[in-house]
Amino acid sequence: MANGKRLVVEPAWCKGCGYCVEFCPKKVLVLEHEKIVVKSPEACICCGLCEQRCPDYAIWVEKEAM
Amino acid sequence: MPSQLVQNTMRTKRLPHIWCPGCGHGILMRDVCQAIENLGLEREKVSIVSGIGCSSRAAGYMDYNTLHTTHGRPIAFATGIKMAQPDMHVIVITGDGDATAIGGNHLIHAARRNIDLTVVVFNNSIYGMTGGQYSPTTPTGEKGTTAPYGNIDGDFDIPKLAEAAGATYTARGDCYHVPQMIKLIENGIKNKGFSIIEGVSICPTYYGRKNKKGSAVQMMHWQEQNCIDIKKAEKMTPEELEGKVLIGEMSRTVRPEYTELYDEIIRKAGGAK
Repeated sequence: MANGKRLVVEPAWCKGCGYCVEFCPKKVLVLEHEKIVVKSPEACICCGLCEQRCPDYAIWVEKEAM
Repeated sequence: MPSQLVQNTMRTKRLPHIWCPGCGHGILMRDVCQAIENLGLEREKVSIVSGIGCSSRAAGYMDYNTLHTTHGRPIAFATGIKMAQPDMHVIVITGDGDATAIGGNHLIHAARRNIDLTVVVFNNSIYGMTGGQYSPTTPTGEKGTTAPYGNIDGDFDIPKLAEAAGATYTARGDCYHVPQMIKLIENGIKNKGFSIIEGVSICPTYYGRKNKKGSAVQMMHWQEQNCIDIKKAEKMTPEELEGKVLIGEMSRTVRPEYTELYDEIIRKAGGAK
C-alpha cells in the first residue's frame, strides 16, 4: 500500500509453501490454515519480492485504480 | 483476476497449476513469461515447446503457440518449427532428465548446429513426475528412490556440456535470484544462435525429502546462500567455492546460425522450387 500500488492475494491459488512469508522484508504476511493472509497491510512497501518468488501466482502488486 | 503478467502470458483457466507446494518450476515459468514480456515479443511470434516431465507442464499453462511433445524430443520438434519459420522465437522448456538423459543427443547436436533456439532447463536434480529416480544432474552421493544408498554417478554441468557441444550462449540462474534469471533468459532469446539457460529449481517433494534438505523455505535459503554469481566467485578461493553453485552468464561466442546457413545453401542450389 505505497506509491499508488497495492498488494493483492488469491488464497484459492495459494499452496502454503511460505516463501512470501519468509522473504518479506517487512514481515507483512502470515499463513493461516496453510493459506496466505496479509496480516499488516500498512507495513507493506510494495517491493514485489513476494510476487517474484510465489510459485503459484497467488500474491502480487498492482497499481491502485484511480 | 490474477496479476497483469499472468493475465497477459498464461492460460488462467488452467491455473492453479499441478506443481507441488514450493516447487520452483512455477517461479521459473513466470521468469520465462516476464522475459518475453520485457522483450516485447508478439505472442504470435513465440513458440513454447516442451517434452515430458514436471517441467514440461509449462507448455500447457503458457498462452503462446505451444507444443507438448514426446520424452526428450522437444529440441527436435523445435528444430522443425525453426526451420519452417525462421522468424519465430522458439523457446524450449525442458527438465534435467528430458534435456540431458532421454534427449541428450538432441541437445548436443542442436548446440553443434547453433540453431537459433532458446532452451530453458528447469533443473530439479531428480525425476519428479515418475517418483524421484536419480537423474544425470543429481549430485554425486545424493539419494533418489533408485539410489537409496547414494548416487555414484558424476553429474552434468549443463552450461559446460552445451558450451563444449557448440552452444553460443550458456547461463545458469536459480529461483531465489529472480531478476538475474529473467535477464539471463532475455539475453538467451536475444542471442542469434543456440542458447541454453539452466534454472536451478527446487523440488521439496522428492529431491528435498530424499536428501533431508528440509522445508521448501529452507531449500530457498540454501539457494540464497550457495548460488554465487560468477563475477563474485572470481574473487573467492577454491575452498570458499566448495559445494557452491555458480550462476550468471557462463559463455558467449559468435558463430554462423543454422537457418541462415541453410538459406544460403538453398540459394547456392538455385533457390526453392
